[in-house]
Amino acid sequence: MIDVKNLCKSFGDHEVLKGVNEHIEKGEKVVIIGPSGSGKSTFLRCLNLLEEPTSGDIVFEGQNITSKQTDINLVRRRMGMVFQQFNLFPHLTVRENIKLAPVKLKVMTEEEADKRALELLERVGLPDKADSYPIQLSGGQQQRIAIARALAMNPDVLLFDEPTSALDPEMVGEVLEIMKELADDGMTMVVVTHEMGFAREVGTRVLFMDGGNIVEQNEPHEFFAHPKNPRLQDFLSKVL
Amino acid sequence: MPVMGINLESWLAAAPAWIQSLPDGLQELLFQLYQTFIYQDRWTWFTDGLKVTFITTICALLLGVVLGLIVAIIRTAHDSQRTGKRNPVLGVVNFLCTVYLTVIRGTPMMVQLLVMGFVIMQPREQHEALICGIITLGINSGAYVAEIARSGLMSISAGQMEAGRSLGLNYWQTMRYIIIPQAVKNILPALGNEMITLLKDTSLVSVIALRDVTQQAKNIVANTFNATVPYISLALIYLVLVLILTKLLGIFERRLRASDRR
Repeated sequence: MIDVKNLCKSFGDHEVLKGVNEHIEKGEKVVIIGPSGSGKSTFLRCLNLLEEPTSGDIVFEGQNITSKQTDINLVRRRMGMVFQQFNLFPHLTVRENIKLAPVKLKVMTEEEADKRALELLERVGLPDKADSYPIQLSGGQQQRIAIARALAMNPDVLLFDEPTSALDPEMVGEVLEIMKELADDGMTMVVVTHEMGFAREVGTRVLFMDGGNIVEQNEPHEFFAHPKNPRLQDFLSKVL
Repeated sequence: MPVMGINLESWLAAAPAWIQSLPDGLQELLFQLYQTFIYQDRWTWFTDGLKVTFITTICALLLGVVLGLIVAIIRTAHDSQRTGKRNPVLGVVNFLCTVYLTVIRGTPMMVQLLVMGFVIMQPREQHEALICGIITLGINSGAYVAEIARSGLMSISAGQMEAGRSLGLNYWQTMRYIIIPQAVKNILPALGNEMITLLKDTSLVSVIALRDVTQQAKNIVANTFNATVPYISLALIYLVLVLILTKLLGIFERRLRASDRR
């Protein structure tokens, strides 16, 4: 579904991604872990071109999205993203947050979008918050709304950029629970996180990034039980 | 109608007896008030002038906000481009905007009025002078609104743009539906201040012979040969207008903040 070939990204002189190659299949739940500064967030943000790669190709469902001919806005409709800081639109109600993209991009009518928004709110367990403003909600609730918003466009894949890192500890569970349900429903997911429990339980594959490259990957059980790379062993000994 | 119509003695002779029994100073003051406001219905000079002042302020503000927003969006779009992928057209337009801001903010409003009124537009009739005044003040105000609006656009976190873009909205759609509505709310207090400044700055349009309230006060002084009452009255008129405007803006701001409450 997503094919990444020799992806490089530099910020000025600072080389963050050093030729990453990766292939993500439909239905996979890929969890990316690694120390801060390893390039995992940059890698994720390159997948929907929020960061523009310095070189390399990203092919999404047969379409090279790094090519100049590609309309990235059309591609992004099929790739939802959930951010660390939620980034809900504070001037709009929860319902309007979810409806905005489908309505303004004319993929749904007002009524369809409204119905869809209520469905999604049901799904993330917040049907009574439709007319609240984001500021009136807890962090966990905001992130669940952000997930609902990302789902509104019916994306083929969801990208999560440290979705629980900005949350109070007691709210992490409710967000992970929603993500787990999404995974069980067959959604393709790429998740950058520090939640090792989630990686072990939900991930179908875990990648370890360090120094701008993927240095080790495996299915979760083997990954955590028998890490081979010494950097990964070191990392796991600190976080587990 | 004789311009020199009246003097203190002839007015006193016709005045009611209780005025004639007042001390000299008070008699003089009452006479000044009389010839500033009542004689020949001169209060209508002030109200006519106020009409011009209001029209100039409101139209110039609208023009200024439109100009300012356009310039601010161009400058923000230009500044948020990624290095190595700069749009040359945007570069040129941005350069023009910078020239505009530099020239307007670098010269006095009075001089701008003189240049527009006597070099560029040269209005003959009152309505031409009105248009000239509105355009000059609007262009001037636009330069200040542009910087206010730019700070408003920059006050919105980059995450809002990213969230909009990640949903498939393009740059302009994200600006229009997500960034600008939030920015406008943030800059309303500063825009209110700009409005107050503009109201006071309209007093300068008398140099292009536009009969605003200041020009009318000057006309009365030219007729009565006494500056005290007309000019103090003029100052009080501006002060009252600004106080009312400040009060209204305060109410408006509290109303806005109310929607931010949890």
